[in-house]
Amino acid sequence: MRLVVDLNRCQGYAQCAFLAPDVFAMHGDEGLLYDPQAEEAQRERLAQAAAACPVQAILVDDLDRDLAGAAEGRDA
Amino acid sequence: MHEVTLDHLKREGRIVVVGASLAGLRAAETIRDKGFTGSLTMIGDEPYEPYDRPPLSKGVLLGKSTAERTALPRRRAIDAEWRLGTAATGLDMAARRVRLADGDEVPYDRLLIATGVRARPWPNAAEGELDGVFVLRTRDDGAALARRLDAGPRRVLVIGAGFTGSEIASACRERGVQVTVAERGDAPLVGALGGVIGAVAAELQRENGVDLRTGVMVTALEGDSTGRVRAAHLSDGTTLECDVVVVSLGAQRNTEWLAGSGLGAGPRGIACDAGCRAFDIRGIVTDDIYVAGDVARSPHPLFGYQFLSLEHWGNAVSQAETAAHNMLSVSTDRRPHIWVPAFWSSQFGVNIKSVGVPSMGSEIMIAQGSLAERRFTGVYGYQGRVIGAVTFDNARWLQFYQQQIETTAPFPVPFPTVDRRPDGHRPVPADFPDPSVPTHGPTITLSGYSPADRRMTFTPAGH
Ligand SMILES: Cc1cc2nc3c(=O)[nH]c(=O)nc-3n(C[C@H](O)[C@H](O)[C@H](O)COP(=O)(O)OP(=O)(O)OC[C@H]3O[C@@H](n4cnc5c(N)ncnc54)[C@H](O)[C@@H]3O)c2cc1C
Ligand code: SF4
Repeated sequence: MRLVVDLNRCQGYAQCAFLAPDVFAMHGDEGLLYDPQAEEAQRERLAQAAAACPVQAILVDDLDRDLAGAAEGRDA
Repeated sequence: MHEVTLDHLKREGRIVVVGASLAGLRAAETIRDKGFTGSLTMIGDEPYEPYDRPPLSKGVLLGKSTAERTALPRRRAIDAEWRLGTAATGLDMAARRVRLADGDEVPYDRLLIATGVRARPWPNAAEGELDGVFVLRTRDDGAALARRLDAGPRRVLVIGAGFTGSEIASACRERGVQVTVAERGDAPLVGALGGVIGAVAAELQRENGVDLRTGVMVTALEGDSTGRVRAAHLSDGTTLECDVVVVSLGAQRNTEWLAGSGLGAGPRGIACDAGCRAFDIRGIVTDDIYVAGDVARSPHPLFGYQFLSLEHWGNAVSQAETAAHNMLSVSTDRRPHIWVPAFWSSQFGVNIKSVGVPSMGSEIMIAQGSLAERRFTGVYGYQGRVIGAVTFDNARWLQFYQQQIETTAPFPVPFPTVDRRPDGHRPVPADFPDPSVPTHGPTITLSGYSPADRRMTFTPAGH
């Protein structure tokens, strides 16, 4: 699952790091580091983290995958 | 009449997006959201589906992720025809066709140009091709540099202490790699944030073990007999041994493919109106060509209608959405792109954020916190109003200052704020370098004549 955090919006509340520590981690006092591609096993936690973010800064892939390159037979 | 053609466009028109990255993807999603059911073609010269660049100089270099894992999530299905790994090489505005490197031509009714920027290469091509010399812009660049850092280099030299260069230096130190930063200006980040904040950034680097050298230029890179970089020569006469060099000298706009097309595109980007419609070379706005993201320069009412070029993630998203909306709207429904510039960076464990245009500010006051503690808000003033703000580990205040900028609040900041210290009561010169002397990329470039000024001034392109 692909994800991105809008770090302009992120306020460093660390909710995500609490709920999905394998994907998100605080870096310093208020910076956020994350792995932009989470394992399938993280789906539930990731969904919780995205929902719990007070500023809705976390975007997780639409499950309906419209993959780039599919038209050209490229693997995404 | 207009309604009929717009309706027809929405149902069975042809939209082409050149530049399949952040701005291109978000525009495509918005286009479909607005009910466009015609054909949508995404043209990108990189072989990859759209991916995110900010992690390349942060999590990827820290080994928390890999460059291959940065593909952007989708907001929705876009049902596009993807032409990846294929560069656009020309534009025929009269025939409304985009020419591709493989000889194909793609016709359009509406075109969005989102070709972004690329890393400025090392000026000496032979030296730039030495093994161990990198730039950092693309996924491939990120993967190659991360691999080299994994291998445990003896010393990395970063040339240029803008945001990207400083983040690379930070990642090196966090991994225990020896790193030297060479910067032509007097301090890191000075072009973007000025000398007062630059001094804090310099301390931060030195305290974290970066061998920071300012006021110097790298004059030559030297390779060994196998073609691997082994040393760099500096303008102060010193020679530095290093086995990895990252050239971090800012960016160049990807507009060469438009040369001769008649579009107003050049080294400073593609000029457009507030609604993202591109200008042709005669200064006439086009009706069918739109631009968004790092390649665009558009007038902004908050900054005297000067043209702003932004190399900011949030701008790419917001401008793409506005361009997509306007492409499919009658003139009275179009919206201006009036996003307030905002940027973040993360280095040496400090969260750095800014809003507005700090580099326009002539003065700065530390409205909260203190420079010595590395936790503060710096507010920039220009002609008696608040024009920008920067925070170091104080991001929660930024929204407040954004409102101040949007409402052209007076500067010096008159109100007492939470955590105001005695040394923050009076503004001091923000200490930006002379704009005619090139320093490292500010990531915001102001260019052109502001109607708010009484006299016409020409601001040379600083990079
Ligand atoms: C290492 C790094 C770190 C960053 N960190 C931050 C950060 O912390 N905060 C922040 O706000 N911003 C950051 N940015 C900036 C941010 O990534 C950009 O603002 C954003 O990517 C701009 O998106 P874009 O779509 O306009 O352009 P780009 O992402 O540059 O995409 C343009 C695409 O068009 C392609 N292209 C070019 N010419 C052609 C052609 N002729 N035909 C077809 N395709 C073409 C390019 O190859 C590229 O894929 C960072 C950038 C980098 C490189
Ligand atoms: S929960 Fe949201 S605001 Fe808090 S750290 Fe995570 S992304 Fe940032």
